[in-house]
Amino acid sequence: MKIVINGTPKEFDVESMTAEDLVKILQLQGKRFAIECNGEIMPRSLFKELVIKNGDQLEIVGAVGGG
Amino acid sequence: MDKKDIMVDDWLIAGRSFQSRLLVGTGKYKDFHETKLAIDQSGAQIVTVAIRRTNIGQDQNEPSLLDVMPPNEYTYLPNTAGCYSADDAIRTLRLARELLDGHNLVKLEVLGDPKTLYPNVVETVKAADILVKDGFDVMVYTSDDPIIAKQLEDVGCCAIMPLASLIGSGMGILNPWNLEIIIDTVGVPVIVDAGVGTASDAAVAMELGCDGVLMNTAIATAKDPILMASAMRKSIEAGREAFLAGRMQKKLYSASPSSPTTGLINK
Repeated sequence: MKIVINGTPKEFDVESMTAEDLVKILQLQGKRFAIECNGEIMPRSLFKELVIKNGDQLEIVGAVGGG
Repeated sequence: MDKKDIMVDDWLIAGRSFQSRLLVGTGKYKDFHETKLAIDQSGAQIVTVAIRRTNIGQDQNEPSLLDVMPPNEYTYLPNTAGCYSADDAIRTLRLARELLDGHNLVKLEVLGDPKTLYPNVVETVKAADILVKDGFDVMVYTSDDPIIAKQLEDVGCCAIMPLASLIGSGMGILNPWNLEIIIDTVGVPVIVDAGVGTASDAAVAMELGCDGVLMNTAIATAKDPILMASAMRKSIEAGREAFLAGRMQKKLYSASPSSPTTGLINK
């Protein structure tokens, strides 16, 4: 499947995956981040159930220094 | 006011109690170490952070701001810096709320122009209304327009944060009269946000009766940010105490010297 993460196209050898699968693939476990999929927040508590599929647009963000 | 009362000058934002009236940003520092030293020296309890895309595939062991400054030690104020529409600002703060485990105290700013960073107040009011209805406690950056400030209070913002001058300009307080009108007009805390350049600017804001001051560049880009953070802490405290004390009336001249007019020698 092809998805877009933070504006960059990415390809994976699966038809779909859960948000939890993606977090493992991107090695984000233990990090502070939040994910939005097609404009909707993906709550961390639902990562095991929420499915990411072909064509999805994801934003993965963290906190950085700012005023 | 006696000494004991001076020690207790807590204030409330959306039901949260704070002692420090200095709010600081975490941007533009040399590194996280300097960020933490300066902020701790400032005494600030509320610190702003920006929300940005995570660098996927970058070194995962690189420390993050939240590791250096744990969210249980500071009150984080995620901002919407760089957002030019109500929609982008709302999406950013919903992500921030998820990122910070449901923390709903946020700083809304919707910009109108990349050259001046002047706020777009139309989009700001629109975003504030939606965010308040969605359960956010919204501290809102705005121009120093008293009518807009009142509208932002009316849609439910918990603090109004007018600019002193443009973001990052260090020009100080350009329109103290408008700030005074805003302070007289709104019931929620008024915090000067943006434009403070040095300690005296912060003191003037507090002497006008502002509840607090939010700054970043003035501290972070000083030659010695840690020393400037200390100066800002003192100026905020001094300005606040001067406001509470009530200044003397200004007059062009006075026939009332401070020393006795009697008992002079050779008279």
